[in-house]
Amino acid sequence: MATGELNPNHYPARRAAQVVQHYLNTRYGSPFRLIGVQTVHSGNAEDVADSGRKYQLELSVNDIITNTTKTCSAELFFPKGKGQQPPEVKASCEELLKIDIKAQEEALYQKYKTNQTLMSAQYLPDSHGHIEPDMKPFWHLGILASSFIMLNESTENTLYNVAQVANITQLTTEEDHLEFDCHTLLHEMVSQEIIHWKMLFTWSPAEGVKVVQMKRLPHRHEREKSPKTN
Amino acid sequence: MEMHSYPIYDWINRTAQDNPRRVKAILIGSSYEKRPLYVLKLSFNDRPNRKAMWIDCGIHAREWISPAFCLWFVHHSLSFYQQNSEITRILDSMDVYVLPVMNPDGYKYTWTARRWWRKNRSISKSGFCVGVDLNRNFDVDWGIKGSSQNPCEEINCGPFPESEPEAQAVANFLRRHKDTVQLYITIHSYSQMFIFPYSYTFDQAENHNDLLEMVQEAAQRIKRYYRNTYTYGPGAATLYPCSGGSDDWAYKLGIKYSFTFELQDRGEYGFLLPPSHISGACNEALLAVKTIAVKVLEKTQAPANHHTI
Repeated sequence: MATGELNPNHYPARRAAQVVQHYLNTRYGSPFRLIGVQTVHSGNAEDVADSGRKYQLELSVNDIITNTTKTCSAELFFPKGKGQQPPEVKASCEELLKIDIKAQEEALYQKYKTNQTLMSAQYLPDSHGHIEPDMKPFWHLGILASSFIMLNESTENTLYNVAQVANITQLTTEEDHLEFDCHTLLHEMVSQEIIHWKMLFTWSPAEGVKVVQMKRLPHRHEREKSPKTN
Repeated sequence: MEMHSYPIYDWINRTAQDNPRRVKAILIGSSYEKRPLYVLKLSFNDRPNRKAMWIDCGIHAREWISPAFCLWFVHHSLSFYQQNSEITRILDSMDVYVLPVMNPDGYKYTWTARRWWRKNRSISKSGFCVGVDLNRNFDVDWGIKGSSQNPCEEINCGPFPESEPEAQAVANFLRRHKDTVQLYITIHSYSQMFIFPYSYTFDQAENHNDLLEMVQEAAQRIKRYYRNTYTYGPGAATLYPCSGGSDDWAYKLGIKYSFTFELQDRGEYGFLLPPSHISGACNEALLAVKTIAVKVLEKTQAPANHHTI
């Protein structure tokens, strides 16, 4: 694998940057703040004895909702060895939290803490990319919860995006936060597979997103019998 | 015009009928489920010894913006010929072959059954799983990298090169026309990338610097006019190493300007690009096609043919 200075246009840097994106969304993401990689400026990778590989990246990220760009420095470590171990990420970005979304978060929280019927939505966005404006915060929540999974599952040989939030359903809870059951579809670019995950997660303006449970759903391989079965 | 409608065949027929002097529909073969594969030949004048370019769309079923782009390109050519100087120059100098949907069986399947389908719909010998990734089925270092013999996987390369009727139809056509086709472009989504050979190896293509210069200019113009970012580079290093791709195959055939375009977006909507984004995505791709086609003309036209203004 690429070692030393990385070409920012090439996939090793790009995949590492995507991991930083997932990390930033788990830390700073909100129904009103979603972070995406804008540009990788420079990067470096090196082997760490026999334990794994370390990356350093300089990149710009974009707050997708407000379309503001911030620069970041990040360090990643992809462990080697038996079993799927998640990467370790450290990142610092300039002023990511600058734009004030507290009012919007509070309004969303209050509305769904006190609603008479629990919300439920499917196919965010739908096959044509449509999504009701009211449902966008839940699409974002599904993406944020998925970011924990995408972060955990990432290696130097993967590149994850959320393909769709298939279902997000609010659950009753005695606690202060809101609680959701969620089914999302992840697109893994290298294998081109669509991977289904189910999650139980909570959210509040104070706590952000916390994933309580997650489970990968088995691949529904297509079974069609050929006409000439023997 | 309605972009994401399934009856693309109606559109193909109507376009050819309404523009009989400039558009001809050529049947190049049929799909596994026996749908016709039509290429539209755009021929805007009849200068002798004309060269050609080829654009194919819809090789991967779920990438809906791709067939939309082929329709957009044809529409732009018909509407802006002699109004837009770049498209006029291109169409005056070259014929354009446009294959709007290389994988109509898969495309239909994404509308009627499973939105995430990628491959064609051919049933494997075992009958257990369906579909071959047409962009792993071409005869270039087939089956070695970034592909799978497992018929259940998304990057299944099939039982042998050109096993799939869709890939075979395209390959046969390009083999017959390899002396006239100078530029090959295949349209995909998503990632916002322009890639060129090779994907099957990290070795550099013979005209790597020319190809790099072309995609770099395309990306720069998109940045300037649309403020959007596209990355670019040779396939293996930029996206991932993989064998059996149509762009590498076309290049090895002798079409020395060969590109894969990955259109919008970069993962936010991914394959589910909404209608509001279609014109932006298509305009960006159009700018890239025109930029590269003009550069190909500059590199391939003999000095005697240069027109001075």
